[in-house]
Amino acid sequence: MELLSNLALGFQTAVTPMNLVYCFVGALIGTLIGVLPGIGPVQTIAILLPTTFALPPVAALIMLAGIYYGAQYGGSTTSILVNVPGEASSVVTCLDGHQMARRGRAGAALTVSALGSFVAGTFATLVLAVLALPLSELAFKFGPEEYFSLMAFGLIGSVVMASGSMLKAVGMIVLGLLLGMIGTDVTSGIQRFTFGVSELADGIGFVCLAMGLFAICDIVNTLEKRDKREILKSKLTGFMLSKEDIRTCAPAVVRGTLCGSLLGILPGGGAILSSFTAYMLEKKIARDPESFGKGNIKGVAAPESANNAAAQTSFVPLLTLGIPPNVVLAMMAGAMMIHGIQPGPRVVTANPALFWGVIVSMWLGNVILVLLNLPLVGIWVRLLSVPYRLLYPAILLFCCIGLYSVNNNTFDIGLTALCGLLGYIFYKLECEPAPLILGFILGPMMEENLRRAMLLSRGDPSVFFTRPLSLAFLIMAVAMLIVVALPSIRGKREQAFKEG
Amino acid sequence: MRISQPKDFLTGLMFLFFGAAAMVLSRGLTIGTAAKMGPGYFPFVLGLLLAALGAVLLWRSLLPAKDRESWPSLQLKPLAIVLLSVFLFSQILKPFGLLLSTALLVVMVSKASHEFRWREALANAAVLVVIVLAVFVYFLKFQIPVWPAFTAG
Repeated sequence: MELLSNLALGFQTAVTPMNLVYCFVGALIGTLIGVLPGIGPVQTIAILLPTTFALPPVAALIMLAGIYYGAQYGGSTTSILVNVPGEASSVVTCLDGHQMARRGRAGAALTVSALGSFVAGTFATLVLAVLALPLSELAFKFGPEEYFSLMAFGLIGSVVMASGSMLKAVGMIVLGLLLGMIGTDVTSGIQRFTFGVSELADGIGFVCLAMGLFAICDIVNTLEKRDKREILKSKLTGFMLSKEDIRTCAPAVVRGTLCGSLLGILPGGGAILSSFTAYMLEKKIARDPESFGKGNIKGVAAPESANNAAAQTSFVPLLTLGIPPNVVLAMMAGAMMIHGIQPGPRVVTANPALFWGVIVSMWLGNVILVLLNLPLVGIWVRLLSVPYRLLYPAILLFCCIGLYSVNNNTFDIGLTALCGLLGYIFYKLECEPAPLILGFILGPMMEENLRRAMLLSRGDPSVFFTRPLSLAFLIMAVAMLIVVALPSIRGKREQAFKEG
Repeated sequence: MRISQPKDFLTGLMFLFFGAAAMVLSRGLTIGTAAKMGPGYFPFVLGLLLAALGAVLLWRSLLPAKDRESWPSLQLKPLAIVLLSVFLFSQILKPFGLLLSTALLVVMVSKASHEFRWREALANAAVLVVIVLAVFVYFLKFQIPVWPAFTAG
């Protein structure tokens, strides 16, 4: 069995004491930052990315993966206890999770969320391991035409997930692609749009853009709102689930896992879409749909399993095709590139120990999180009661120090302030930054593949439609746009965002 | 002519501006042909696309609509304080060193909160200076100027 030997290789890499420590540290601080209200996986990765710079690539990726899951778990904890979703994918968890907490069942809600996520994470890791080889073999057959069309498909996918106007989301993608053009053109070596600023020769730093648009912008917005958070002061007890709970939850966990694993692979899918879908599905097939939103345990189990499964399977397109399917994975892609690893089919063949090591560490990360989160939940709760006025200066400070350490220059810090201003304008105009980040990451790759494809075809754009795989991607992209633009689905989509 | 969708209107203006800027700046680069694209080709096309999207948004925002949107409300105080503190930090980090810059950033940015209290902000700054010294300087060993430049030598 090739799969087994691959997994064995992964275990060899991941279970060295050092890598276990990094996995643990990543999961721990990921949860720590993720628990803070308003800070989800994207912000957490942006803030903590610089701390991984000194590590060798395998250890850094293992730690980043740990940070990613940690932040996911942290997000659900705040949803349940404070009714503030730590991140978009745990918005639905708020609906029933917080109601359970209000009825004194916070412990049970946290347990279900942790165990459901664990089951989902285990299954999704297997999906990733099984799909990795065939998909990356397929990717080797891709020419520049297929890559270009695939990226177009991925970008269109991110439009589907952006809330609000589609025109704005498309515009944000194009703006992101344009921002990605800043710096030295790879093909000709000419500097573009740098205005003679030598620090911009390598382009806008990915960390600068991400921290400006997410971390800084979020701080400003929270300060503007001046909201007081209501924190449950009651003692957390009753972590054990009753037999009855387990019997109702188990099928919901299974359905959530399957739903999440499938949707996670699609571009634009990922954790958010899958948690909404899983919740809707549970509500639809339940015999007591009216009890949802009032503390139904299935309303926690299904979306929490789904978002964790999706979080894991969304690594499939990144690691096999090199295309990040959503903004969190775009962050991971940016992080990998900073560590000198170009995400794509070559990772599996050129660096199998790294690839399988990271996959196995994802599963280990899940084990660590279950062991870590339930006993430590008391500490997380106490962290939540630290007033925001003391927290945000610390967050901002760590951002600034992290930014400096990326290139050891202070220019990046100033540039981030500028990106923060841009993020604030986007927020006020209800333009979502997620598609912009995706465009920014994919921009240079997309241009390179377009140029290569057009050079090979001697300027004939029809190659994109005559090569079957490329055509298939483009048809899927157009179909996705049409489906989203249909009035009936548009209404449903808006409703889904509103419920959150 | 009344603007019924101010947010779309402003977004349209923004897209038009960035699109036009990209097109103008790309003209300074070699555009090339479809078969042999120069560095200006892709940005020019993107600029055109962005400007077109901006124009559509502008046009749509002027159509009469059932429910009018309000203009976005702005509070400049938190924004200005946060951005200025970050910028100031970037300017004083090298001459004044990490510890002084940390203290200044924390105190200054605390002012952005409506619950600001001097004593609390100073205490917070003191705690964070110690944390920064322990974590970044001694534990993670970041290459960063710690003490003010004028104390060296």
